[in-house]
Amino acid sequence: MAPDIDSIAPTEAVADSIDLTPMPGETLVFDKPESLRSTLTHYCPGCHHGTAHRLVAELLDEMQLREKAIVIGSIGCSVFIYNYLDIDAVEAPHGRGPAAATGVKRARPDKFVFTYQGDGDLASIGMAEIMHAANRGERLSVVFVNNTVYGMTGGQMAPTTLIGQKTTTCPGGRCLEREGAPIRMAEIIASLGGVAYSARVSLDSVKNIRAAKKALRRAFEVQTEGVGFGFVELLSGCPTNWRMTPVQANNRIRTEMIPYFPLGVFKDVATLNTEGE
Amino acid sequence: MALYQDVTMAGFGGQGVMLIGNLLAYAGMESGLNVTFIPVYGPEMRGGTANCTVVVSEDEIGSPIIQRPKSTIILNQPSLEKFQPRVEDGGVQIVNSSLVDTALVDTQRIRSVCIPANEIAEQVGNGRMVNMVALGAFLKATGVLPLEKVQASLSHVISAHYGHLIPKNAEALKAGYDFA
Amino acid sequence: MTQRTGKRVFIKGNEAVGYGALAAGCRCYFGYPITPQNEIPEMLSSALVEAGGEFVQAESELAAANMLLGAVSTGVRAMTSSSSPGISLMQEAISYMAGSELPGVIVNMNRGGPGLGDIGPAQGDYYQSTRGGGHGDYRTMVIAPSTCQEAYDMMIEAFDLAYKYRNPVLVLGDGIIGGMKEPVTLWQPEKTDDKVEGWQLDGAKGREKRLICSLFLAEGALAQQNRHLLAKYTLMQKEARAECFMTDDAELVVVAFGSMGRIAKSGVRKLREAGHKIGLVRPITLYPFPTDVLADLAARGCRFLTIEHNTGQMVDDVRLAVRKHADSDFFGIMPGDMPGAEDLMAPMIDALGRK
Repeated sequence: MAPDIDSIAPTEAVADSIDLTPMPGETLVFDKPESLRSTLTHYCPGCHHGTAHRLVAELLDEMQLREKAIVIGSIGCSVFIYNYLDIDAVEAPHGRGPAAATGVKRARPDKFVFTYQGDGDLASIGMAEIMHAANRGERLSVVFVNNTVYGMTGGQMAPTTLIGQKTTTCPGGRCLEREGAPIRMAEIIASLGGVAYSARVSLDSVKNIRAAKKALRRAFEVQTEGVGFGFVELLSGCPTNWRMTPVQANNRIRTEMIPYFPLGVFKDVATLNTEGE
Repeated sequence: MALYQDVTMAGFGGQGVMLIGNLLAYAGMESGLNVTFIPVYGPEMRGGTANCTVVVSEDEIGSPIIQRPKSTIILNQPSLEKFQPRVEDGGVQIVNSSLVDTALVDTQRIRSVCIPANEIAEQVGNGRMVNMVALGAFLKATGVLPLEKVQASLSHVISAHYGHLIPKNAEALKAGYDFA
Repeated sequence: MTQRTGKRVFIKGNEAVGYGALAAGCRCYFGYPITPQNEIPEMLSSALVEAGGEFVQAESELAAANMLLGAVSTGVRAMTSSSSPGISLMQEAISYMAGSELPGVIVNMNRGGPGLGDIGPAQGDYYQSTRGGGHGDYRTMVIAPSTCQEAYDMMIEAFDLAYKYRNPVLVLGDGIIGGMKEPVTLWQPEKTDDKVEGWQLDGAKGREKRLICSLFLAEGALAQQNRHLLAKYTLMQKEARAECFMTDDAELVVVAFGSMGRIAKSGVRKLREAGHKIGLVRPITLYPFPTDVLADLAARGCRFLTIEHNTGQMVDDVRLAVRKHADSDFFGIMPGDMPGAEDLMAPMIDALGRK
């Protein structure tokens, strides 16, 4: 069953918080970051939003950004990020996150400002806003979750849907001639002048998740150091809309997504400067 | 009767009607009067004329847009054709006879002052100051503001870059004033 | 207390908007070029930056309005400006701002429409301005200057009202107000306390995190929010304001706003001089609409003629206001035509003759 905004309404879920205190005789071996709230999420089993949220929260803790962070929520499955991160948040219309973030950062340049956007939000309806915020070199960080479908509205074709991939609006599979090719955002963003860092990572394995955190740290650092715009594309699974088990979904990232969306750092001003010398 | 005057100024783009419109309005403000200046939009922008309307009044000004002006400053032929019929009966019309066929100028219904503004501007020493010559004639013909007040406002409407031309502009105003 | 000792300058209405914003303490401007309001971004691109503020030429009006949404969420005074087609693009963000109770000032120098229309003045955006404009059930406050001085003064007022009610405020001018020049006395208002400490986003340091959003999915939450907004709009009604000119003994009352209001005033004055009992009501706030002023005149037996630079929009509000005792005639100048006082006098004379 495809989730929609009604079925995922976290009315109760938000109110629920999990008690993480160890019972007598138990030892706490794994804790949540302070920036992550003790709340059940509405995400489906095997969805990578939870992983991505946790990486962001860990970095907010480690980089001591929690008390000065403002997240711009976007429209899509991650619309409720403001219920899961323990930081200030403002909600932008669909795709307009980078514009709203520009306003926040220009008004409060001392704050740490980031958007968290899905592929429909960022690479389709919000293409103009992401391109221009990046090109202006706004001191922002962007966490871009690419799972090749519109998750919240029920698995429709996204700008990143792979050729041949079946969705509810391309039931015969995405066709290059009719729907065009999937958009590689990390490469496009890397080509823009104001960008300090652009990378693509994946959340399919422990090894890749570790690399993802490094990339996110760099995308956060270029903002805190005032260098420029930081961008990380996270290849993520959507087992529900892919009609797969979580394990199959992770395999699909490896066998179908990574070959088309290569992992790597496409721009890092630190490296550019070294090369320049 | 409280002081009131309105004027539509028209000419080719580049003849400087906007500048003299601004100048007259500014001088009116400096004289403690209410003033409005409006560049007119719409089809009038095409067909060879640029125009603006200035209102100078002791009372509060309602409409800044005047369909039947009490006076006009006409710097070229198309402007005469367009605006002469609109002037109020008994109104004042300053016509640049250097560029207008004076046979077409109405001297019965309205009080028309024909002035060879291009030639006078050349005599003053700057052929581009046709607008100032015409405004000088207008000041004399209507008596709406003293010449000196308008001359004193030149430095407020002419950018610093052209500051060195202010004395010549003042001279051109006076030449037009004296002619009328 | 205000300092009205400022100097008198000769400026366009668009520049008056910019100076008014600076006097009001505006810190951020976001906009996209469109005629006839370009002097606003042009003057602020230097003046606001010199004053230590931020100026961004956005990639679109869509982006500009969302930048405004972001900036005001931090409790900072910010604005955008545009003209009709651009304002249409901003409606998405304005709806979100109304829904999430964000203050912000939006200036619309109304031009001819529909569609691309022309670049001349018009009042065709009255409905869009006073009925919310975007999706959902909301209102923006709308104030309409009729002189360059009012354009300056109303910018100061607009920021105060926006923060007082945590609601978008629209300043609705047109190509006449934007493009004409008049003397404007600059003055500096005393600093207003915007009372943003309770809601602004500035990082969750030593306090609970804050959320500014317009999504209300929990059972009953949206209905509660709409009730709250309705209560706020009801409270706003006390801000309704109109200029009454020679209405004391008037038998015919002309109703016109903005630049049409001042042009109509010329006609009313001339007809008064000719001995006619005619007056003018010029709504200054369009939302809230000065219903009481008109209702009182209607109860006294006045007849009404609404004049607009459109095909008939504000006349709906006039009719609603006077409905218990009277109706209103309507005369519209078509967007695309440029009216003068004589154009507006003809329907007044007609209406006077229709006793």
